[in-house]
Formats: sequence, structure tokens, C-alpha cells
Amino acid sequence: MSDTGALLADMTERLLAEHFDDNVMRAARTGIWPQAGWDAAVEQGLPLALVQGEQGFDIPLGEGLALIRTLGRHAVPLPLAETMIANAMIAQAGLTVPEGPVTLVPECSGIVLRQDGASGEANRVAWGRDARALLIESDGNIALMTAGFDVAEQGTNLAHMPRDLVTVDGPTEVAPLPGISLLEAGALVRALAMAGALETLVELTIAHVTERVQFGRPLSAFQAIQHALARLAGEAAAASAAADLAADAFAHASPQTPIAIAAARTRISEAAGGAIGIAHQLHGAIGFTEEHRLHWFTTALWSWRDEFGSAVWWTRRLGVESLRHSKQGFWPFVTSVS
Amino acid sequence: MLRFPSPPRHNAAEQLRGEVREFLSSAIATRTPLQRAESWNGFDRDFSKALGARGWLGMTWPKQYGGHERSAFERYVVVEETLAAGAPVSAHWIAERQSGPTLLKFGTEQQREEILPRIAAGDCVFCIGMSEPDSGSDLAATRTRAERVESGWRVTGTKLWTTNAHKADYMILFCRTSGTPADRHKGTSQLLIDMRGTEGMTVRPVLDLAGQHHFNEVHFNDAFVPETALIGTEGAGWNQVMSELAFERSGPERFLSSIQLLLELIEALRGSDSELAQITIGRLTAHLLTLRQLSRGVAALLEAREDASTHAAIVKDLGATFEQDLPEIARSLIDAEPDRQSTRDLLAVLAYTMMSAPSFSLRGGTREILRGIIARGLGVR
Ligand SMILES: Cc1cc2nc3c(=O)[nH]c(=O)nc-3n(C[C@H](O)[C@H](O)[C@H](O)COP(=O)(O)OP(=O)(O)OC[C@H]3O[C@@H](n4cnc5c(N)ncnc54)[C@H](O)[C@@H]3O)c2cc1C
Repeated sequence: MSDTGALLADMTERLLAEHFDDNVMRAARTGIWPQAGWDAAVEQGLPLALVQGEQGFDIPLGEGLALIRTLGRHAVPLPLAETMIANAMIAQAGLTVPEGPVTLVPECSGIVLRQDGASGEANRVAWGRDARALLIESDGNIALMTAGFDVAEQGTNLAHMPRDLVTVDGPTEVAPLPGISLLEAGALVRALAMAGALETLVELTIAHVTERVQFGRPLSAFQAIQHALARLAGEAAAASAAADLAADAFAHASPQTPIAIAAARTRISEAAGGAIGIAHQLHGAIGFTEEHRLHWFTTALWSWRDEFGSAVWWTRRLGVESLRHSKQGFWPFVTSVS
Repeated sequence: MLRFPSPPRHNAAEQLRGEVREFLSSAIATRTPLQRAESWNGFDRDFSKALGARGWLGMTWPKQYGGHERSAFERYVVVEETLAAGAPVSAHWIAERQSGPTLLKFGTEQQREEILPRIAAGDCVFCIGMSEPDSGSDLAATRTRAERVESGWRVTGTKLWTTNAHKADYMILFCRTSGTPADRHKGTSQLLIDMRGTEGMTVRPVLDLAGQHHFNEVHFNDAFVPETALIGTEGAGWNQVMSELAFERSGPERFLSSIQLLLELIEALRGSDSELAQITIGRLTAHLLTLRQLSRGVAALLEAREDASTHAAIVKDLGATFEQDLPEIARSLIDAEPDRQSTRDLLAVLAYTMMSAPSFSLRGGTREILRGIIARGLGVR
């Protein structure tokens, strides 16, 4: 990472630690939008961190993507990852990056583009109620919509983040889809955020077993606990590497980016399941309480792994792709992904 | 939190990949799938020499010792391509992977000059003399002793599970040169044993579960070893052997040794519209891609000369689990009996891999020992 990249990562880490303390996190879970956190993120330029070219700051893409991992480290209850990736695609498509939160409406959501605009309905749109703009994909095109949509509050995911019903009928600015699809873009940012959340899960668990004393010794002195921690660290490392695989492919505009994303979503989903089980086991009852921060991360992981394509959908997609190959072709396929 | 660096995009390595594939497609064209599945244990000195002649062994070592001063990534490409193709690597790879690097790091000038060029040429087989009947996981309990005598050492003791001792030119012996097993790490050393000309040493075969002869019991009965056999510093054996184990655990062999079974499974299910097959193969592919990313991250750490022992332990632990799952998963998708004599490649490969699988989480350090190492790396031990 370059010096500016490291500085940016550091500043973002501090900003999030400051603005997403326990009180803000609890309030967000009751539906209170963390305005101060959003403003601070905007002031720092986060919504533009992935935008390349004259509308952005020219942060290397890999370093920008690392910031999404940092958002995951704090389970930030804002549509920042959505806005960052949407803005990147908007700029790449030659459209003008809008102000405020943007959310993604992937292909097949129920909204279609026509010559004069977009119409239809989409379910469980992330942060629909807070979005100032929608990025819609249909038929190889994307469209930016800043007015002409209605939102009905539909509910939340398991981590209490809004997932709403959006109804659209109005004019849009349209451009050909650049690079990957919106579903893949959304899946990529979820993969990165999950890798970040898993890092925190490991840190919380290590801290807990080092402090908690039972039978006169810290829990970490027991070999059974050490081995469970080693497994946890292994799963988190796998998730992190899988996220890197997808991010590296995207940053290099590799034609295999969708495959790398499918692999990341598949592996991270499995890692999350295993890691959550271990983290809760080692935290004992305290981790199962509403009070404890552990559950912000477990609920975010449970939710994120099935958003922008469920885990099983991505796994099957990767399997279909793999099964196109003969036994001679499969290994070259594997090495082509990274 | 342990971070694995992303491997850099390396053009020289990718170009080399094409050359290695081309070489392998003719060099091992006649090997059957079952023989390819035996890659780890496939012993073929001619193949090893051919690889050496191409400059693909000892690739990262100084030219002065027969090396080629290439990057860890280029070496990685050669190792993974030979394994993915199911090439017979057994005659060179212990030497190339760990014995050579140990000599390079700790050996005397004479040892380096004599032996490293031969390893790089693919013409020198090594075996590892670490484990003993009473010292497996607890390596520091080693009881084999070397007593100082005039102009050398007298070695007494028994090594066990020594892969290829019956075919090797040399062994790196881990033994006690002072004190008692109660002194643990102190007083241990490494000696270079000539497997051809050492009197008082006997090698007895130990057959594995499949009835095959790979490992051995090696007895030393007052065997004389010259002074020049000492590797590194007397008494510093423990640190040396730990450094050697880091080499042993870090490579792609830790998840590619049963790749042939995955390839046969993919061939058998090719184009299948079974949802179960698609999801299962998708999961395995995701694991493989991730393991490769992790393992190439270890290569990046090695290239930067950073300590990678905890990272390597994670890759080996995850890799062994992946490999051990493979035969069970294959069984859940294929309605047939595993059979080593079968003319159906998948069934023969399945039988072979199933019979090897228990060793995946033993060889090179058991799962429990690796998890202890990882826990220490996390700072909780
Ligand atoms: C195919 C194969 C090839 C091999 N090749 C070689 C070779 O070339 N050279 C060589 O030197 N060795 C070789 N080995 C030996 C290998 O390194 C040992 O098998 C391994 O170190 C374990 O030792 P052990 O078999 O004595 O088991 P033990 O150490 O007796 O262990 C038995 C079980 O107890 C567990 N255990 C032991 N101690 C602890 C602890 N403190 N905490 C928790 N659990 C523990 C182990 O993890 C294992 O599950 C080979 C082994 C195999 C299977």
C-alpha cells in the first residue's frame, strides 16, 4: 500500500471508531440514521474513494477497496459500500456522480429500462428509504435515477439495516453497463465487508479468551480453546484471501472477475458460518446478549452472505462454470482466475 | 490478526507457466491417472534430472551453487504445475524443498559446494531423519545420540517413518549431541548422513496402509560419521529444524496432492445438470482458489524474507482438511465402489486417494501441533 493509501486507511479506521461507538450502533438498530457518521464519511471523501478519473481523487483501486473492508470491521450501519461502488460505476459509465447515498438495483429486480425511462418495483433494496439516487441495471445498460421513485419501508435484514420496496416510474440517464454487473458489484463489496467483519470477530474473541478467567486461568491457557481459536483464525484468513482474490481481479479489470467474486462469496459464506459458531462458543453466554458487540458482527455476516445473490446461488454459479471444463481444462481455468 | 499479502501479478512467472506446461505435456504424457494421483510418491530420477536440466530446481538459490537466482513465484509456478499435472516428484522434492535450503542457510561451505549443485541438477535424493518411535509430535524428546569421537561422531538410535530412506543419497539427521531428552531443545544438532557409505546403519521397510513401501525404520548402531557431517552449530539443532519445518509446510503440495481426484470427479460430472453436483463442485473450486491465494501469499512473504511459519501452518491445516474431504465428497456424488484395479480412472484414483487420506493431517506435523503453532502466532500461547 502507498503512503497515502496507508494514511487514508488509518484516518478511516479512526473516523469509524469515533463515530460508530456503542451508542450510535444501538441507535442505528432502532432505525435512527447516523447523520454525524455519514457527514464525516462524506467530508473524508469516502463516497468517491473508488471513483477513477476526474470525478474522483485517483486513489488506486486496491486501496479504495481496502476501505470497504474497514467499513466491515465496524459493521457500519450506512449505505457507504453501496454508494462507493455505485459511484465508481456511474463515473466509469460517463455519467455524473450524484450527491448523497446511492443504492443498487440489479438486473431482474423487477425494474426495467425503457426508451423514455424506468418503471417497475424492486423488493428488499438496501437502504431504499435513505437513498437519494438509484443505480438500475437492465438489459446491458445502467441508468441513474435521482427522482421519480417512491419507497415503502419494508423491513430490515438480520442486522437491522433497512431493506425496502422501491417503486419506479420516471426518466433516467442511461449508459452501457461498464465492467461487471450490479449484482457482481454488490456481491464484491459485501465480500470485502464480510472479510472485515470476520477480522473483528477474531479480535473480539482473542480479547475475550485472554481476559476471561475460569478454573483459575485465562481461557486462552486451555489447549481446547487454543485449537478452536486456530480454526477461527484459519477461517478468517481464508475469507480474507478470498476477498483479496475478488478485489485483485476487479482492480485489474480481469475478465475472470465474476468467477473470483463467485469464489469469494462461496468461501466467505462458509468461513462466516464456521467462524460465528466458534466465536459464540468461546464467548459463552455473554456473547449471546443484546448488550454485547459481538452480535453486530454475527448478524451482519449472516445477512451479508445472502445479499446480492445467496451463498448457494453463487456456489452453484461457480460449479456450473467449473463443470464446463474437461480434466485437462480445469487447472488452467483455476490458474486463470488470479 | 494474521494478514496474508496478495501475490503480485508476475509476468515472468506466468510466462514460465506456459513453458512448464509444454514440457510436462510431453515428459509425462504416458502416465495414467492412477500414476498421476501418486505424484508425491512417484519416484523417477530421470524425470527429476530432466527438470533440473531445464533449470527448474533450486531456482531461487545463488548461481554459485547451481541455482538460478529466480523469484519465489517462479519456483512456485514450477512446483504447482508439476503437482497439478501429477508428475513424479519424489526423487527431488524433499531435497529441493527443505534439505537444500537448510544446507544453504546453515551448511558449511564444503557441504554447499558438494551437494547443492547436485540437488539443483535433480540428481540427489534426501530423506528427513526427524521422527522416532518415541518422538513424533514431541520432536524435542529425540533420543538418537551422536557422541563426539576422534575426527567424527558415533551415532546410536532409531529413526522411524523415514520416507525414501531406502532410495536416498543423504539424510539430514536430527539428534542429541549433549545432555538428555530432559534438556529438551538444548543439545540437539543436525548431521548430514551419507546413506550409501555409512557403516553401522540399517534401513528396514515399513509398509503403509495400502501395502506400499515409502517409509522406513533406520537403525544407527554406533555408526561412524565424519566431523564434516555437522550442519551449522552443534547444539543449535532445534532452531535449525524449526526453520526447516517452515520450508516443509509452506508449499502448494499441502493442498494439491489429491488434485487428480478432483480432476477425475470434474471429468465424470462434466456438464452435469445435477444441482447437488454443481453446488458441491462450486464449493470445492472456491476452496481451491482460496488455498492458492493463501499459499501464494506465503510465497510473497518468503520472497520478502519474512517469517511465514504461522501462515504456513494455516495453509497446511486448511489444505489437509480440504484434501481429506475430497474422497468423502466424491463418494457422496458417485454411486460406485472404490477399486484400485478398476479400469475406470475415477474409481482407481478414488481408492488410492482414500487410502492415502489419513496421512494428510499427520505428515509434516499433525493437525493438533499445527493448531498449537497457529495459537502461538496469535499470541495466546
Ligand atoms: C506419510 C508419512 C510420511 C512421513 N515421513 C516422514 C519422514 O520422512 N521423516 C520423518 O522424520 N517423519 C516422517 N513422518 C512422521 C510424522 O512427522 C509423524 O507421524 C508426526 O510428526 C506425528 O508423530 P506420531 O506419528 O509419532 O504421532 P504422535 O506424536 O504420537 O501423535 C498421535 C496423536 O496425538 C496428538 N498429539 C501429540 N501430542 C499432542 C499435544 N501436545 N497436544 C495435542 N495433541 C497431541 C497428535 O496430534 C496425533 O493426533 C511421516 C508420516 C507420514 C504419515
